[in-house]
Amino acid sequence: MRERKIRVLIAKPGLDGHDRGAKVVARALRDAGMEVIYTGLRQTPEMIAEAALQEDVDVVGLSILSGAHLVLAPRVINLLRSQGQERVCVFVGGIIPNEDIPVLLDAGVRVVYGPGTPTYKIAEEIRQCTTAVSGEITDNLKDE
Amino acid sequence: MKLVEAVLNGDRMALARLLTGLESESEASQKALDLLFPYAGKAHLIGVTGASGTGKSSLVSQLVLAFRRPDKNARPKRTAVVAVDPSSPYTGGALLGDRIRMRDLAGDPGVFIRSMATRGNAGGLARATASSVQVLDAAGFEIILVETVGAGQAEVEIARLADTIVVVEAPGLGDEIQANKAGILEIADILVVNKADRPGVEQTERYLRGMLEMSSKQAGLGLDEEWTTPVLRTNALTGEGLPDLIEAIYRHSEYLKDSGKYATRARARLEDELKGRIQERLLERWKMQTSEDDLQEALEQLSRREISPRQAVQNLVEDKIT
Repeated sequence: MRERKIRVLIAKPGLDGHDRGAKVVARALRDAGMEVIYTGLRQTPEMIAEAALQEDVDVVGLSILSGAHLVLAPRVINLLRSQGQERVCVFVGGIIPNEDIPVLLDAGVRVVYGPGTPTYKIAEEIRQCTTAVSGEITDNLKDE
Repeated sequence: MKLVEAVLNGDRMALARLLTGLESESEASQKALDLLFPYAGKAHLIGVTGASGTGKSSLVSQLVLAFRRPDKNARPKRTAVVAVDPSSPYTGGALLGDRIRMRDLAGDPGVFIRSMATRGNAGGLARATASSVQVLDAAGFEIILVETVGAGQAEVEIARLADTIVVVEAPGLGDEIQANKAGILEIADILVVNKADRPGVEQTERYLRGMLEMSSKQAGLGLDEEWTTPVLRTNALTGEGLPDLIEAIYRHSEYLKDSGKYATRARARLEDELKGRIQERLLERWKMQTSEDDLQEALEQLSRREISPRQAVQNLVEDKIT
């Protein structure tokens, strides 16, 4: 058995057209040795969940600058759960007002990152999250 | 095995997890592959290759749309895509961006797209690409498109994997000599000049046709003698030229069937995989039988020029494997 790489989907739900942040994070996670799938602008929660399923990712990072995070993030999480991906770590980056952060965490978001977050911190916390959730990143398949 | 049943029954999550398992070569996924192998061998495998930035992903997206929404009374075909992008040789990470161009395919349950990093494999594909294709084939996808990394001249591993190879060029990428160099252009069953709205398209087309005329038939240069490689223009953004490309793919598929070359290619593919796996296995066994000390000792002798590399192999391999 070879190394099981951490697979991350970086997605931009909603209608804002600014993806500099998403690209910076995608590149930083690539440089941290992860396999990062970037799907581009203006994705619906359904498109994101479907991509997360086909790509069998361990992590979904949502970049939201439109202000619609309270609608979009929980919707993605619910879709992931309903298709059997409860273990996927979801983080949100963007402009999120402080009072909304607890709401997002309640909805199942693992961490919320604001502007100025050092990217090594995101990589570090993704590693912690993926190992905490699945014990160790080895294999999702059971021998049945 | 539950996993195998799930994949055969069209469970997309099970399929996705199995593909992940194959990439890390887990025990369970290898066993599942053994059980799924008899169900594979029905799909039409289309390789799409060419330099980076020629529009492969956009073209693949248009091809999938065309297979899903065929003209006339044809039935939509279940279609899968394996899109390969390179891993960093330094960090092992990868940025897989082929899905960006495939957003029009979202929401169609008859389509499955998987991005795959090369993980250090040369030749334009990942190690797990071949087994992933077998699994998608067994899962009932009728058309499987494999998009290689942005390939240079010599990344021709796809030639062994696919039934039909589409090589994508774009205007302005080189002169007549480039077109006559060995490698990627030789493996094309269909040549596409994408971005046909750009200046220079006629010239590129001319170089490619010239290349085909010079090479064809005389010396049996590995090009298929009875198949004439068409040179087609497309614009993957507008969909222009796509009907001709689809038509050419179907024509090639018919040709493979009529000439019996489907079977020949499938057999060559299996032979290739078998030999590759034997090599790997022998290497593993040799590693288990050879101590690091023996290896270092041989290196020492080599550095002192007491023995030649050939003699070192004699000592390390020939005397061990009998």
